[in-house]
Amino acid sequence: MDISKTTPQPDPTAQPGPAAESGPAAESGPAVPAAPIPPARPAASPDGADLPYRPSDHERARQRYRRARKRRHTWVSTLCTLAALLALGAAAVASPGWERVDSLFFDGAELRAAFPELLRGFWLNVQMFLVAEVLILVLGLLIALVRVTRAPGLQPLRLAATVYVDVFRGVPTLLLVFLVGFGLPALQLQGTPSEPWVLGVIALVLSYTAYVAEVFRAGLNSIHPAQRNAARALGLGERQTLRFVVLPQAVRNVLPPLLNDFIALQKDTALVAVLGPLEALRAAQIKADYDFNYTPYLGAALLFIAVTIPLTRFADRLQRRTDRRTWAEAAR
Amino acid sequence: MSRPLLRIRGLRKGYGSRLVLRSIDLDVAEHEVVCLIGGSGSGKSTLLRCVDLLDVVDDGTVHLGDSELTDPRLDPDVARRRIGIVFQAYNLFPHLSVIDNITLAPRRVHGVPRGKAEATAHELLARLGLADKAHEHPDRLSGGQQQRAAIARALATEPELLLFDEITSALDPELVGEVLDVVADLKQRGLTLLMATHEMDFARRVADRVCFLENGVIVEQGPAEQVLTAPREQATRRFLARALDRA
Repeated sequence: MDISKTTPQPDPTAQPGPAAESGPAAESGPAVPAAPIPPARPAASPDGADLPYRPSDHERARQRYRRARKRRHTWVSTLCTLAALLALGAAAVASPGWERVDSLFFDGAELRAAFPELLRGFWLNVQMFLVAEVLILVLGLLIALVRVTRAPGLQPLRLAATVYVDVFRGVPTLLLVFLVGFGLPALQLQGTPSEPWVLGVIALVLSYTAYVAEVFRAGLNSIHPAQRNAARALGLGERQTLRFVVLPQAVRNVLPPLLNDFIALQKDTALVAVLGPLEALRAAQIKADYDFNYTPYLGAALLFIAVTIPLTRFADRLQRRTDRRTWAEAAR
Repeated sequence: MSRPLLRIRGLRKGYGSRLVLRSIDLDVAEHEVVCLIGGSGSGKSTLLRCVDLLDVVDDGTVHLGDSELTDPRLDPDVARRRIGIVFQAYNLFPHLSVIDNITLAPRRVHGVPRGKAEATAHELLARLGLADKAHEHPDRLSGGQQQRAAIARALATEPELLLFDEITSALDPELVGEVLDVVADLKQRGLTLLMATHEMDFARRVADRVCFLENGVIVEQGPAEQVLTAPREQATRRFLARALDRA
């Protein structure tokens, strides 16, 4: 492991941390008694971070060694990756059916021809995603709140929320898309939407709200009872405690898992293709059927990846931040 | 002296099959500082939690002034507004800055306008030596600073009674002093304090009265000097011998 990465980076703008302030340095002057340099001027910061300091030869040798090791590791990992890629590529190209696969899936001209159509389709995916996400966040949070509060008047709502979450988490999303997409218009009720993409969004919202409500509920339950007690002891009522103390902390804790659900949602907008709106997958399907070539599917996949990979990286970063905070709290 | 501010009679509380408080009778007069001492598990914290209605009592009554806190018809939120509590583990709200921690209850419960609440909070922080920490989040503070911030939070609503639950037990030894100095200052200002503590020296210094708890009852109580230096009960002597041995 690279030690230099795990050592905390000194932050020049940071206030002296609790450890630094309360350590022996605060009481007994410079922390390193061996340093022969007497402080010519009083230290501006209590931990003496601004006093003159030159790394010892020992430390510099250590840093030289770490840098050399890091360079070595970078070389080895680059070479290994290249070798693995080459081997995989060679194996694919050498396989007996490669020419056929190459022309069916990796046809550059076909990709260029299909791309504008795919992009237009993908814009619909993005729109469905955005509309669905807002609805899911609001409804999911409301359902979670209904399930965790104990007001006796909300009992029927609580029951309904529980049944809803149980049922809709259990039904495959594709099945819901079929049910809503074909079932809802068949009822021939006044005012039911007939646009296939709207029906698709309704199905996605029904499915994902159940998941997101559970994520929110887990977040609300994850807040330590001591926080609730502290708020109640100050005289805050149940609702105020939820609003000002529990909910803000819960939302922070569940941001990473929420984002994961939204990455899944972004992909699942392609399920709406079965209802026929011209989104990316449907556009790819039409083009592929017309040209007897599968490259448009690959193009659609690339479009989804272009959105989901940055989102995934962002979710990872959020998760790391949450973890750091959790560990920092646990260490206290 | 008129009627005591806090009156506890026959208080009984258990968790499951474990009886923690068998029968507690205790009075705390206005401006009085009462320390609860006793081994861990002797019920000091439970007693404080029952007074603040964080736990429901199994029997007995708690009166604060003219109202019975243990009356189920009483809105516990209204009762808690009159009492401040500071916990062993600080329990500051980690998502709020120190100043927001302190002004939350005054603003949201007592309807104090933001400007006024913050002015009061800044005064409190200055008094507790935290003037420069108002906009820090709790995780940037040392344990002693966090506990002083928690005391400021409890003081901000001007409670009639303050409960301190072993507020120095989670602190490193060199940070205990800064918190105890704050408590001594509160006594000077005439606040009414009921505190559970392991700090015998401190109890002797600030307590008007010390109560020794064992097996769910108050075995002995009296002036700090008498209970801590010349205890009448055998059990108190045993406990003090152990406690002083540790220190």
